[in-house]
Amino acid sequence: MRKVQIVALVLAVVASFIPGVWAQESFRIGIAQITEHPALDAARAGFIDGMEELGYVAGENVQYDLYSAQGDMSIAQTIAQKLVIDDVDLILAIATPMAQTVANATDSIPILFTAVTDPVVAGLVDSIEEPGGNVTGTSDLTPVAEQLDLLAKLVPKAKRLGIVYNPGEANSVVQVDIAKAKAKELGLTVVEATANNSGAVFQAAQSLIGRVDAIYVPTDNTVASAMESLAVVAKHSKIPVVAGENDMARRGGLATLSIDYYELGLQTAKMAAKILQGQPPHSLPVEYTESESLLINLEMAREIGFTFPQEIMDAADEIIE
Amino acid sequence: MGLALLGTLEQGLVYGLMSLGVYITFRILDFPDLTVDGSFPLGAAVAAAGLVGGLHPALALGLAALAGAGAGAVTGVLHTRLRISGLLSGILTMTALYSINLRVMGGRPNVPLLRVVNLFDLVVDWGIDRRWAAVLVFFVFCLIGKLALDWFLHSQVGLAMRATGDNEQMLRSLGGSTDTMKLLGLTLANGFVGLSGGLVAAYQGFADVNLGQGMIVSGLASVIIGEVLIRPQTVYAATLGAVIGSIVYRLVIFIALRVGLAPTDLKLVTALLVVVALSGSNLRDILSKTKLARMAEGSAGNAEG
Repeated sequence: MRKVQIVALVLAVVASFIPGVWAQESFRIGIAQITEHPALDAARAGFIDGMEELGYVAGENVQYDLYSAQGDMSIAQTIAQKLVIDDVDLILAIATPMAQTVANATDSIPILFTAVTDPVVAGLVDSIEEPGGNVTGTSDLTPVAEQLDLLAKLVPKAKRLGIVYNPGEANSVVQVDIAKAKAKELGLTVVEATANNSGAVFQAAQSLIGRVDAIYVPTDNTVASAMESLAVVAKHSKIPVVAGENDMARRGGLATLSIDYYELGLQTAKMAAKILQGQPPHSLPVEYTESESLLINLEMAREIGFTFPQEIMDAADEIIE
Repeated sequence: MGLALLGTLEQGLVYGLMSLGVYITFRILDFPDLTVDGSFPLGAAVAAAGLVGGLHPALALGLAALAGAGAGAVTGVLHTRLRISGLLSGILTMTALYSINLRVMGGRPNVPLLRVVNLFDLVVDWGIDRRWAAVLVFFVFCLIGKLALDWFLHSQVGLAMRATGDNEQMLRSLGGSTDTMKLLGLTLANGFVGLSGGLVAAYQGFADVNLGQGMIVSGLASVIIGEVLIRPQTVYAATLGAVIGSIVYRLVIFIALRVGLAPTDLKLVTALLVVVALSGSNLRDILSKTKLARMAEGSAGNAEG
């Protein structure tokens, strides 16, 4: 019986190497995501839609191999190796650890990253202007400083600012560092509350009650997963929350001045088209998104008894009723 | 084809060191050690900090193994001295390590090594083809690890350790200390895990505080798959099984990716494939039993009719 199992395994492996039916004149793009959540999924959807707008239609002249490591970094490595073996024409790596894994696995296949906050700190590129290798892409660095300006405008009396984030997320640490510097400028005292997993967000938020006048949350995957529990605390204690991005603001923030991950995906698709037309990645500087939109959440405002200044109401691109 | 197997072999061997550690705690000591999910990224963090700080890779990896061993010792002390249950001791150490790993990496959750000279470059300098560098390095580490563990488990101390897992009463009646053996075993096991973590950081190009996610599960699956495939009667076969199991587990993940289902179903498919790999003999028993039952029913029915 053991022999049978081994034979079955070997057969399965051998079967898996039979080339697919994709030998036509079309591009093959591997998309590798570290995990699933709304922002990352939106970036992927934006990329695929953006490619279609540029004439690369899935199933016609482009084939996508979609993978998610479901949070397991050893699986990220297996995915990277598989994409290299399949010798795809281009790899889109979504989020920092995935991008690092893929970048380490190949220096010949062009790699685009997205949803990476600081590609230089992550060791993916030499510099923003001159990436230098086979890797470039789009950063999801949100306008953190402007978000804090918005917070100061909404809560001018604020003296103490709470920040909730997971210190285990590279992207969040980058944003919190920027936020702290900006808070100092604005004369705000920062109180940090950290959560190592989504289950701990509620308690982290609760720890801020009575100690802060407003809360800021960066685009942290952990907090994003548990935004509703932060909202419960905010409603209960009437604390205004400025969030790092739209989805989080819709689910429990008062307002945000945010980038849009779907737009970020569209932008990444434009870079992909250039690479497929023959431009090398090192000739394309890393791009930041131009799409900044002001979102205000009136439902949340009602809950905490907050009234938006008229100028903010007028400037809003999206209003949640 | 060859490339796919090469990649699977690389991963199987590098995580095989971790499986050897899991084998020590789960099979030799009969101890449910969850320290692994923390000691693995600790090894990665220490190796990364060392490499970035300009240490020789061999020294950085040595420190990674030592750090892992230290983490195992902490779990051992919690359990044997403070009398905290085994499961909880590991969980507490793992939890504390999250913060410690962040400290080790200078307060950053992620340290890239993409532009740092590493171990594989050294092997390439000796004239080895770049493609074979990683698999060769991991094979050597794994082989030395396995042989050293075999030797240890046949030494006086090793025999006492095996007795600890098999029959605590017996060892105590012979005047041995089971506590000392558990402490030593946990230290040794997590030393393997830390080394594995350090090698993975060098191999994958970064250390990350979340690197340990799912580690204990894969270690356990590897050990058990190895047992089913090898049916070990001796320690030599069992340690070989842990490494072979690790390679097969990585192959299973590769196949799961190859099957081409929705990416969201990866873990489900992996779990199912492991179930299939493990259930061979049991499945046969169940099938033959139901057949027998049906035959029995049939004959009973005939008798009535």
